[in-house]
Amino acid sequence: MRGLMRRCSFLVAVFLAVLMAGCSSSKESGNKIILWHWMTDRNDTILKLAQQYTQETGIEASVSLFAPSDAYSQKVIAAAQANVLPDIYGILDKKTVVADFIKAGLVADLTASMEADGSAWKKSLFEKALADRSFDMANGYGIKPGIYGVPIDVSNEQMLYNKKLLAKAGIYSAPRSLTEFIKDAKALKLIGITPFVSGWGELWLLDCFASNYAFNIMGEAKIFETFRGRVKYTDPDWVKVFSVFADLRDNGVFIDGIVTKGNKYAEQDFALERAAFTFNGSWCVNVYHSMNPHLEYGVMPPPPVTNTYPLKIWGGAGSSFVVNAASPNKTKAIAFLKWLTSQKQQVVLAQETNNLPANRQASVSISSVLGEFAKGMDESTHPDIWPVNEDPSVREAFDRGLQAIIIGEKTPRQVAQEVQEVKDRQMAKGN
Amino acid sequence: MRTNKYMFLGMTQSTLIHVFLMGMALTCLFPIFWMIRCALMSNDTVFVDQAIIPHHLNFSNFATAWIKGNFAIFFLNSVIYTVCVVTGIVIISSLAAFAFSRLNFPGKNFIFYLFVAAMMIPLPGSFVALFVLMNKLHLANTRFGYILCMINVGLSMSILLLKTFFDKMPHELEDAARIDGCGKLGIWWNMAMPFARPAIAVIVIFNSLNVWNEYILATLLLEDTKLMPLQRGLVVFQGANSTDYPVLMAGLTMAAIPIIIIYLTMQKHIVKGISGEVVG
Amino acid sequence: MDSKAKAVSILKNNFQNFLFVLPALSIFCVFYIYPFYKMINLSFYDWRGIGPMNFIGLHNYKELLGDHLWWNSMLHAGYITLIALTFQNALAFALALACDREIRMKRFYRVVFFIPPVLSEIVVGLIWNWILNPGMQNGQYIGFLNHLLFASGFPQLVHNWLGDPKTALTTIAIVHSWKGFGWGFIILLAGLQTIDKQLYEAAKVDGAGARKTFTHVTLPLMWPVMLVVMILTILGSMQVFILIVAMVNEGLVNHTDVPVTCIFSAMENTNRFGYACAQAVIFGFMLVCISFIMKRLSDRAKQG
Repeated sequence: MRGLMRRCSFLVAVFLAVLMAGCSSSKESGNKIILWHWMTDRNDTILKLAQQYTQETGIEASVSLFAPSDAYSQKVIAAAQANVLPDIYGILDKKTVVADFIKAGLVADLTASMEADGSAWKKSLFEKALADRSFDMANGYGIKPGIYGVPIDVSNEQMLYNKKLLAKAGIYSAPRSLTEFIKDAKALKLIGITPFVSGWGELWLLDCFASNYAFNIMGEAKIFETFRGRVKYTDPDWVKVFSVFADLRDNGVFIDGIVTKGNKYAEQDFALERAAFTFNGSWCVNVYHSMNPHLEYGVMPPPPVTNTYPLKIWGGAGSSFVVNAASPNKTKAIAFLKWLTSQKQQVVLAQETNNLPANRQASVSISSVLGEFAKGMDESTHPDIWPVNEDPSVREAFDRGLQAIIIGEKTPRQVAQEVQEVKDRQMAKGN
Repeated sequence: MRTNKYMFLGMTQSTLIHVFLMGMALTCLFPIFWMIRCALMSNDTVFVDQAIIPHHLNFSNFATAWIKGNFAIFFLNSVIYTVCVVTGIVIISSLAAFAFSRLNFPGKNFIFYLFVAAMMIPLPGSFVALFVLMNKLHLANTRFGYILCMINVGLSMSILLLKTFFDKMPHELEDAARIDGCGKLGIWWNMAMPFARPAIAVIVIFNSLNVWNEYILATLLLEDTKLMPLQRGLVVFQGANSTDYPVLMAGLTMAAIPIIIIYLTMQKHIVKGISGEVVG
Repeated sequence: MDSKAKAVSILKNNFQNFLFVLPALSIFCVFYIYPFYKMINLSFYDWRGIGPMNFIGLHNYKELLGDHLWWNSMLHAGYITLIALTFQNALAFALALACDREIRMKRFYRVVFFIPPVLSEIVVGLIWNWILNPGMQNGQYIGFLNHLLFASGFPQLVHNWLGDPKTALTTIAIVHSWKGFGWGFIILLAGLQTIDKQLYEAAKVDGAGARKTFTHVTLPLMWPVMLVVMILTILGSMQVFILIVAMVNEGLVNHTDVPVTCIFSAMENTNRFGYACAQAVIFGFMLVCISFIMKRLSDRAKQG
C-alpha cells in the first residue's frame, strides 16, 4: 500500500509540474505583433526576416507556423469563433469565406494604407496578386469595395515538357495546339514514353486544367453566364470542354492512374523522366531541382483547341496575408506587411524560396525557368477575381465527372447531363 | 514406419508455419529497411539509385533532421505528453473499468454504454467547439489542456478493453484478497491491475502510439512552438509543395525509435501473463 | 432502524463505487459531451464555418437520406470492414496462436508483427504507391507488384490495381488489413496469455487433441477478447481515412469514398459544416447500432 501511495504522489507531482509549466506562459501584448502562417517551405526565411525587422524597428514580430494547410484552416476558423485570431493571418479558402470573415469584422480594410503616398504600396505590387483579396464595385458578395489582403508571392499553373524525351521522339519544339500535342503524344507513346502526367488525384489541379479549356472554347462571358444558371452545362461548348479529356484519353496521352495521383507523385514521375509532359504550378521549379538537378525542361501554356478565345491559365497571389481588424496592433501589423513586401525583402524571399515575388521590382532577380512562368502572369486568371463563382457542389460534380471520363467510365455527354442535374438542384435550393 | 510418416508430417507442418511466419515478417520488415535506406540517401538519388545498399551513404540527414526539425525541444515535449497522458489513462480507465466490472451502483450499465457509444461517433465539427471551450476554461495553449484532451481521446477504448479483461478475473482471487483485509482500492491495485497486466500493456502501447503521432489537436490547441510535440518537427520537411524525402525519412526513423522501445518493454508484459505471478 | 442503517450503508457503498468512475466521467463530460452537443446542434443549421448560421431544421438529414453518394460511401466502408473482419482478424488470430506456442524465434515474430501499426502513414503511402505503381519506364514496370507478376510469368495479371474501380477498394482493404493486423495480434496474444496453462494440461490429460483443445478450451475463453477485437476492427475500418488519402488522394471518381472522406469533403470542399455534422451523427448512430447488434449476438451465442 505504501508503494501505491508513493507512486500516486509522484504522479500528482508530475501533473502539477506540468500544470505550472503550462500556466506560466501567459500572453503579453504591446510592442509585439503575432503572425500565423502555413508555409513550411518558407518558414525559415520568414523567421529570418521577422528577426531582422525586430532589430531594425524594435517591434517584436512573432511568427508561428501551423501546417499542413488543412490544420491551419481549421485553426483559423476555430480561432475566429473564439475571438483569438492573431494580428496577421491568412485565409486559405474560397472568396465567399473571405467575404464572411470580412463581414464578421475580422479582416481590416487596407485600401487607405495601400493608396497613401500616391498609391505607392499598391503600385509596387502585381495587380493580379492584389485582386485575389480585393473586392470591386460590382462584387456580388456585398462587401465594401477595397483591398483586404497583402500578397507576398504570386504563382501560376502551366505545362512543362522534358526536352530530352521529346528529342528522342524527334520533337524539337513545344506543341502549339491540341492537335499538335496529340500528334507528339502518339509519337512518344510509339517509342514507349508516357506522354503526360499530372497530380489529378488533387481535384483543384484537374479543375484548373479544365477551366483553361473552358476559357479557350467559350470565353469568360459564357462561363460566368453558366455559373449564373443562364447557360446549361449540356451546351455544346461545355460538351466540347469535356470532350478534350475524352480525346486525350482515347489517344493514350495520360499516364496510368492519373486520377489517383497526388501531385507529389506526379512531380516524382516528371523529375525522374517517366513522362514527357506535365501540368503543374510555378513552385515546381524548386521541387524538380531538388529531385533531379539535371532535368532539362521548358514551360509552355496548355496547347489551345481553337483560336476563338484566348486560353487563360490559372494564376494570381500565391499566398496572401490579412490583418485582424479587431487587433489593437493594427497599424503595426500593416507596417510590417508593407516592409515584408518592399523590394529588398521580396528579393530575399524570391531567391531563398524560389517563388515568384509579388513585388514588381523584385522580379528581375529570379531564375530563367521561373522567368518563363512569370511571363504567363499576363494571361492568368483565377476564380478569386471572377465576378461570380460556381457553387462548390457543382464544381465537385464537374471534377468527379472529368475523372470518370478519364478512366473511361462515362461519356462527355453523360457527364454534362449529370453536372447540369446537380446545378439544377442547387439553383432550386437558392430560390 | 508410421512414426516416420508422422514426423515427416509434423516437420512439413512446422516448415509451412515457419514459411508463413517468415513471409509475413518480411512484409513487415521491408518498410523499416526501406525507410532507413532512404534516410541514408540524398534527395536527388533517393528515387534513382536502384542498389539495395545505396552507393553513397549520407549519415548527415539524421543531424539535419535533428537540428532543422528542432527535435531537442519537440522530443522532450512529446515525452512529457506521452508519459502524462498514458499514466492518466491507465489510472483513470482502470478505475472506471474495475467499477464497471466488479462494483455496483445505479446507472452503471448506462454510463458504460455511454463510453462505448462515444467511441463510435466521430466528431468532425467538434474542433471548433473544443477550441472555444478550451479558451473559456483558460486551457488553450497549455500543456495541461492538451493532456486532458488526449486523455479523453483514449479513455473509451481503454475502458472497454480493460473491462473485458477484469471480467475474466476469477472471483476466488477477489474473495481471497477481501479475507486478507483489502478494501476496494486494494483489490483494484493488488489484484485486478496485475491480473490485467497484458491488457494494460496493450493500452500503454496503443495510447503511446496515439499521443506520439498526434498532431492535429496539438496544432489546434497549442500556439507556442515551444509546447509543440514531435510531429510538428516532422511537418517542416513536408512542404506544401516540396518534400525533402531523405531528411523526412531520417526524422521518421528517429521518431519511431521511442515507440519501438515502448513496444519492446511492454510486449514482455503481454506475454509473461499472470499464471506465474498471482497464483505463485 | 436496522433497515435504515442498511439503506444508508448501501447508499454509502454505491457512492464509493461511483467515485471510481467519477474521474473518467468528468473528463468525458467536459471534453466529449459539450462538443457532441454542439455537433448535434450544428446539424440543424446551414453554416459555412464562419458567418451567418441559418436554422433549417431537419433539412440536412432529409438531403442526406437521398444522397446516394453518401450511402455508397457507407457500402464501401462496409466492404473494407468485411475484409478486415475476415482476412485481417483471421490472420491476426493465426499469428497470435502461432506465437503463443513454443516455436523458434517467437520473440522475433512478436516484435516484427507490430511494425506496420507503428509505421507512419507517410511511409506506408510512399511504399504502397511504389509497389502498386502501374506505370512503365524504359520497357520495365516501375511498380514492384507488376514487375513481380511479369517476371514470374503472369503477365496477364499485370494490372492498374488502384486505378481500376473494380480492384481499387479491395486493394485498399488489403493494405488496410496489413497495416492493422498487428493490433488484433497483440490484443489476442494478451488474451491467450490470460488463459490458465493448467486448463491446457487438463485437456491433455483428458485426451483431447489439438483441435478439440482449441474448440473447447481456447475459443470459449477467447470469445470476449475476440469480440473486443471485432468491435475495434469495425471501428477502425469504418473510420479508415488517412490511408485512403495516402493511396488515392481525393479518390477514384467516387469509387473509393468512405464516410469520413465524405465528411471532410463536405467541410473543406463545399464548406457545409452543418451537413458534415449531420453525416457524422448518422454515421455514429449506425456504428453504435452495429456494435450493439454484435454484442447481442455474442451474448446469445454464449448462452446458447
